[in-house]
Amino acid sequence: MEQSGLMEDASQVPAPRRVGLFVTCLVDLYRPSTGFAAVRLLETAGCEVEVPPGQTCCGQPAFNNGDSATARAIARSIVERFEGFDHVVAPSGSCAGMLRRHLPELFADDAPWRERAERLAARVHELTSFLVDVCGSAAVERLRGAAPPRGVRTATYHDSCSGLRELGVREQPRHLLAAVDGLDLVEMRDAEVCCGFGGTFCVKYPGISGRMVSEKVENIASAGADAVLAGDVGCLLNIAGRLGREGRPVRVFHVAEVLAGMAERGIGEPASGAAGTGAVAGSSRG
Amino acid sequence: MLPDGGATAAHSFAERPACRPVEGFLGEGMAMTTGSGGAPSGARARVLDAVRAAVRREPAEAEAEAAARREEIEARIAAHEVHVRPSVEGDLAMRFAEKVTLVSASFAPVPGIDGVSRAVANYLEEHGLEKEIVVTTDPLVERVRWSNEFAVARRAAEPEDRVSVTGAYAGIAETGTVVFVSDRTTPTTLNFLPETHVAVLARDRLVAHLEDVWARLREERAAPPRTVNFITGPSRTGDIELQLELGAHGPRRLHVLLVDA
Amino acid sequence: MIPESHRFPDRAGLALADEGLRLALDRARQGFIGNRRKAVDALPEFQELREAARRVKNHTLANLDLYLERFESQATAAGGQVHWAADAAEARARILAICREAGARTVTKGKSMVGEEVGLNEALEEADLEVVETDLGEYIIQLAGETPSHIVAPAIHKTREQIRDLFAEHHAPLGLGAPGLGNAELVARAREVLRREFLRADVGITGANFLIAESGSTVIVTNEGNGDLSNTLPRVHVVIAGIEKVLPGFEDLSTVLRLLARSATGQEMSVYTTVSTGPRRGEDLDGPEEFHVVLVDNGRSAMLGGEFREMLRCIRCGACLNHCPVYHAVGGHAYGWVYTGPMGSVLTPLIVGLDKAHHLPNACTLNGRCEQVCPMSIPLPTMLRKLRTRGFERGFGTRTSRMGLAAWGFLARRPAVYGSATRVAMGILGWLGRRRGAFRRLPLAGGWTGVRDLPAPEGETFQRAWRRRGARR
Repeated sequence: MEQSGLMEDASQVPAPRRVGLFVTCLVDLYRPSTGFAAVRLLETAGCEVEVPPGQTCCGQPAFNNGDSATARAIARSIVERFEGFDHVVAPSGSCAGMLRRHLPELFADDAPWRERAERLAARVHELTSFLVDVCGSAAVERLRGAAPPRGVRTATYHDSCSGLRELGVREQPRHLLAAVDGLDLVEMRDAEVCCGFGGTFCVKYPGISGRMVSEKVENIASAGADAVLAGDVGCLLNIAGRLGREGRPVRVFHVAEVLAGMAERGIGEPASGAAGTGAVAGSSRG
Repeated sequence: MLPDGGATAAHSFAERPACRPVEGFLGEGMAMTTGSGGAPSGARARVLDAVRAAVRREPAEAEAEAAARREEIEARIAAHEVHVRPSVEGDLAMRFAEKVTLVSASFAPVPGIDGVSRAVANYLEEHGLEKEIVVTTDPLVERVRWSNEFAVARRAAEPEDRVSVTGAYAGIAETGTVVFVSDRTTPTTLNFLPETHVAVLARDRLVAHLEDVWARLREERAAPPRTVNFITGPSRTGDIELQLELGAHGPRRLHVLLVDA
Repeated sequence: MIPESHRFPDRAGLALADEGLRLALDRARQGFIGNRRKAVDALPEFQELREAARRVKNHTLANLDLYLERFESQATAAGGQVHWAADAAEARARILAICREAGARTVTKGKSMVGEEVGLNEALEEADLEVVETDLGEYIIQLAGETPSHIVAPAIHKTREQIRDLFAEHHAPLGLGAPGLGNAELVARAREVLRREFLRADVGITGANFLIAESGSTVIVTNEGNGDLSNTLPRVHVVIAGIEKVLPGFEDLSTVLRLLARSATGQEMSVYTTVSTGPRRGEDLDGPEEFHVVLVDNGRSAMLGGEFREMLRCIRCGACLNHCPVYHAVGGHAYGWVYTGPMGSVLTPLIVGLDKAHHLPNACTLNGRCEQVCPMSIPLPTMLRKLRTRGFERGFGTRTSRMGLAAWGFLARRPAVYGSATRVAMGILGWLGRRRGAFRRLPLAGGWTGVRDLPAPEGETFQRAWRRRGARR
C-alpha cells in the first residue's frame, strides 16, 4: 500500500502544474457540483486546470465485466486526450485506480500503446491524494478554513475501496477535512468495508448489495454524524439512496464539495430552497 | 535420545535398525527414483506429464535443462536456507513460559530431575486427579524416580488412561510450542489420548525458533521419525458458535515441566 | 458433491432471508477479523514473511514436476506408498481400493477440503464403508447431511440448539440421551462418541496442509487433535492432497506456518502441527502399519500452465472469506460447492467449469480486501476479473446486463453521441427528481430501486455546464 507523504513538502517554488481534470462519468452526469468543487480546490492549490472535451467514462464497467476490447478502445481515447498534461486528476478513487493501475494492463500485447498508457498512468491521481501528496503542505495550507455545510457539525468518512486499496488513499482526505473550520470528523465502524456499490454489481446482485449498504448505513447512523462524506460519487449515490429509503436524516456530500466550501444541496436532496438544513432534507426523503 | 542429545546421526540410526534411512534428509545427494508405490502408472504419468508441460521453461525442455533445474532444487533443499524469523529476545525460558501460558497450557520450572515426581504429584493433586500415570521411557523420563504414591505404566496409551507424562524432544520459545517425536520409547498416542498431558522438557532442549528444531533433528537423526508433533497448548475447538472449548479430541490440560536436567 | 454454483442467485436469496445465519455470520466476522488483526499487529515481520512465502511457493510451483518426484521418492523410501489421481474419479477409486485391500469397514476422517472436492465420503459410503468425520464442525454437518459453510469452521451456521438436537437424534441408537445445551457438554459428548469411532476404525484418512519434498513427509495442522487420532490409531493412514501442497523443505514450512494460523484464526501456531513420515517404524509402540499418500491433480496442472498459476499458492486459511463482504452477506452455502468466498469464486469455475459457476466471479465488488489480507498475496480480484473476461468471451451473463453494457460501451466510445444523449437524459431526470431529490422507483432501474432510492441528478451535466461557463477563468 502506498504511504501518503503527509509531512513532505513537495512545493519548492512550483511552476503552476497543468492539470487535466478527468471528470468521471458519474460526476459529469449526476453530480456536477463535485466537478466544480474539484476545480476550485485544484486552482486554490496553485494548479492550472483544464477539462479536455469529449470525456466519457474510464472504461471500468467494460473492463470489470470482461469486455476488454471496449475497455481498450476507451483507454486509447483517454490516453490521447490526457497525455499532454503534467497530471491527470479525478475526483474518484475508483476511476483514478482504473487509470493508474489497470490502463497499462489493457495493452499487454501492444508495446507502443502500453508505453503511452504507462506514462499516463504514472501521472494519474485521486483528488485528495494529489492535493496532499503532490501539491504538498504549502498548497494544503491555502485550502484551510472552508466553512462546513450549513447545519453540519460532525461528519464521518467512508473509504471507497479502490481509493483505499489500489491507491492508498486513507489519511489524505482526513488530513484535509481536519482543516475545515468547525467540522468534527468521527469515525464510523468498518469505514473501510465496501458499501456494496461495486459498479454493475449493485444492479446484478441487488439483494447482496442491499445487505451491504444496509450495514454501511447502520454504521453511519451509529456514528452519530450529521453528514457522510466519501471520495467517490458511486459509493455516495448508493449510500444516499439507502439512507433515503430508510428515512435517515444524514446528509451526503463528496469530500471535495466540503473542502471547497461548496456543499449546499446534498446528494438525494430536493433541488428547491427546501433543502436548507439536514433535518428538512431528511424529512423530505421519508 | 533427548537429554544426551549429542548422539550422531549414525548412532541414532544404529539404535533403530528397523528403520530405513531416508536419503537426502541430511541434504545429501539422493537418487530420483521414478517408481511409485503401487499406483497404476497411467495416472502418475498423466499427472506428471501435465505438470511438466505446465512448468517447462521452453516448449521442449532439453534433458540438460531439466537436469540443471534438478541440480538447482537439490542445492536449494540441501542449503536449508532460513527465511525471515520473528525476533526472539531475552531469556528463552521466560519467553517460553509466557507463551505457553498464553495458549492455555500451564508451566512449572523444576530445579532438577529429582523434583519431577513431586511436581507431577502437586499438579495432579491440584486438579483432583488420581496418581495413575502412563510414562514414556526416553532417557529423561527414565531418570525420574517416581514416589510410591504413583502407579506407573510404561507403554503406548490405552483408552482408559487419564494422565500421561511424556518426554519432550524440544521446546520452542517463539510460540510456546512443545515438540515430541515418536520412537520405541515415546509413543505418539500418549500425547493425545489421555485427558491430562504432562510434558517433561529439559531446559537445554529449549530453542528460539521452529527452524532450530529441524536443525537438531537433522543433526541427531539420520531420518525424520515417523511422527513429529508440534503441540501448542491443549486441544481446543471453536466449532460450536465459535466459542472456545478446551479438550475437543486431545488433552484438555497440558502442563509443561521445565527441568534443569 | 454436485456443484450447485449455477444457482448462486437463488441460494444467495435464501441465505439473505435466514436471520439465524445472519447472526452466525456477524459473530464469525467479528471474531475472525479481530483475532487476525491482533495477531498480525503483534508480528512486525508479517509483511516480510508474506513476501518470503510468496517467493517460496512461486519457486516450488515453477519446479513442481521435480518437487513432486522428489516427494514421491522420499515418501517411498520411508516406507510409504504414493498414488496419483488425475481427476476426482481416480482419487475416489484409488482410496476405495486402498480401503478394500485393507479389508476396512470403518473409516475416520480428519478434515480435508480436497476430500470434499472429489466427493470422497459419498464414494466410500456407496461402497458400504462407514465414514465418520471427526473434526467437530465436519461431524456436525455430516450428521445434518450438509456441506461445510466455512473452510475453517465448517458448521459456523449451526446454533447450539440445532447441534443439541442433531446429537440427541443420532446418539439415541448408542444409548445416549440428549446432551445439555452447554458448550462444554456438547463438546464432551462429541469427544465421547468420536473416541469410540477412532478406536474401532480400520483406516484413517486425513488431508495435508503441506507435503515436504525434502523428506517425503505430510503435514497436518489442527486445533482439536482429531487429525492426529486419525493418523495414529487406525491400522492404515491415507493422506489425500492436492499436488500444489508441496514445499521444498522444513525451513520453507516454518515460514508458511507462521502465516497460516495467524491468517486463519489469529493464533500464532495452531495447537497441533504434525509431521508424518512413512508408517510406524520397527520398534515403535504405535502408529499405522501402512501409510499412503494420494496426490490429486483435478484441474491443478491446468491452472499451473495458465494465467491462474498464482491461485495454487493458496493455503486454505480462509482469511479472504473472513474479510469478504459478499461472504458476510450470504455465507458459504450460497456458493454451491466446497470452496467459498473469494478463493472459492476462483477455484470453483476452474475445477468444475465456468459454465457451471459463472456467477461466482461476478458476485464480487472487486473491493480488494481479500487480496490485502491473503497471506500468500494472491491477486484474487485480478483472477476474478480474468474469469469474467472468459465468461464474457463465452457469452455468459444475462441478456439485460450484456445489452446494458453494450449500450454503455457504445456511448462511451462516441463522445458526441454521449454528450447529447446524456444532456437530454439528465435534463429529464433532474427535472423529474427536483422535488423529492430521489426516485423510489424508475422504469428499467429495478435492480437499483429494489433496495434503495435513486438520487436524482442535478440536471445539467458537468461538461455542458463547464462549456457554458466557458469564460469562467
